[in-house]
Amino acid sequence: MIAFHLDNRSGVPAYMQLVHQVRQAIRLGTLRPGDQLPTVKEVVATLTINPNTVLHAYRQLDMEGLAEGRRGVGTFVAAMPDTPPPDGLDRLRSSLARWVASARDRGLDDEAMTGLFTEAVRASAGSREVA
Amino acid sequence: MENAAVRCEGLGKQYGSTWALSDCTLEIPAGSITALVGPNGAGKTTLLHLVIGLMRPTKGSVAVLGQSPSAKAAELLPRLGFVAQDHPLYRNLTVTETLELGRRLNPGWDAAYARERVARLGLDGRRKVGKLSGGQQAQVALTLALAKRPQLLVLDEPVASLDPLARREFLNAVLEAVAEGDVTVILSSHIVSELERVCDHMVALIQSHTRLAGPIDEILASHRVLIGPRTGATGVARVHDVIRESHTERQTTLLVRANGHVYDTCWQQHEVDLEEVVLAYMGYAPGGAMPLPEPEAVA
Repeated sequence: MIAFHLDNRSGVPAYMQLVHQVRQAIRLGTLRPGDQLPTVKEVVATLTINPNTVLHAYRQLDMEGLAEGRRGVGTFVAAMPDTPPPDGLDRLRSSLARWVASARDRGLDDEAMTGLFTEAVRASAGSREVA
Repeated sequence: MENAAVRCEGLGKQYGSTWALSDCTLEIPAGSITALVGPNGAGKTTLLHLVIGLMRPTKGSVAVLGQSPSAKAAELLPRLGFVAQDHPLYRNLTVTETLELGRRLNPGWDAAYARERVARLGLDGRRKVGKLSGGQQAQVALTLALAKRPQLLVLDEPVASLDPLARREFLNAVLEAVAEGDVTVILSSHIVSELERVCDHMVALIQSHTRLAGPIDEILASHRVLIGPRTGATGVARVHDVIRESHTERQTTLLVRANGHVYDTCWQQHEVDLEEVVLAYMGYAPGGAMPLPEPEAVA
């Protein structure tokens, strides 16, 4: 069993924080397939959050194939999350490292780089939605 | 099956020559926990009293669980739980006597549930209600409302007078009741920040008008702050609703309700929390006030 925690200042919606924590716990092996997730009532009582937020998170995990609800019993871990193949991840990481090095050469500091990166992520999310 | 627990159409209430509530049209979805927010005197208590049938509307209509609260009071009252501001109780009755009163006054009273709740709160049934702490009194008042097993629970400023621990315990009790059964909750408050997690819907009443209503997730996702070079808001205002604008010599800061993405890259975008959104609708601008947006500007 895991205990959830909410960061009030992160700006990430509460249900998404719950989803992230389950995913992370599965990746780290804290949760294994077949393990039960805290019941909605338990999460509500420990975090003082809306029950619908917890249901939303569990539905999302269900849709991702990571958890499954069993009627009247609870929600259980179903599978391991898909992680990108390690060689693909390594390539992405090294090309990002090259980008960071060249940005630093041009005099950008950490904040400026983070700003550019965030902007690029947002722009690509925007254009994906248009397409 | 009615899927709005409360539906108001053009609802208005006039006291003498003053409208305490004007042209209020809204729906509160069944199963939701809805926060009714707004400054003091905005009409929150008036709206709640119209919903539970304590007063009749001057204009428009309100339907609660599909029925009119003033015309069908006898049918509707057993299905409603109400905790008034400062949770008034008979101070000279003991806890046990208070529950007994609840049993005699309410046909659908769940005595086992009431006893179990009081035991779980660790309250001594022989104690006078007036001798309990504020938090305990609030819990007794909530027990009275919940033991009716209501379909709609109406709470007027339930946590305003409580300390942080008692607030949390009170809200937990409400949330637990929602997790256990089919109950819709409306709770009013002038403190927005602590409701962001507890509620899933919000209605903002400002100067007796509904300025903003909807799912909190959607409200948060659609509002953002834009910061850019001083240009005036005309371009942005063609696509998005500008709720608040402020300017320095070189910079313009806008709080907008965005209709889709903001593509113009000259604007830096920031997320906002619920309190900032509500303050913006209330006409609060850092460094200076601006006139309130017209009610038609918001859905």
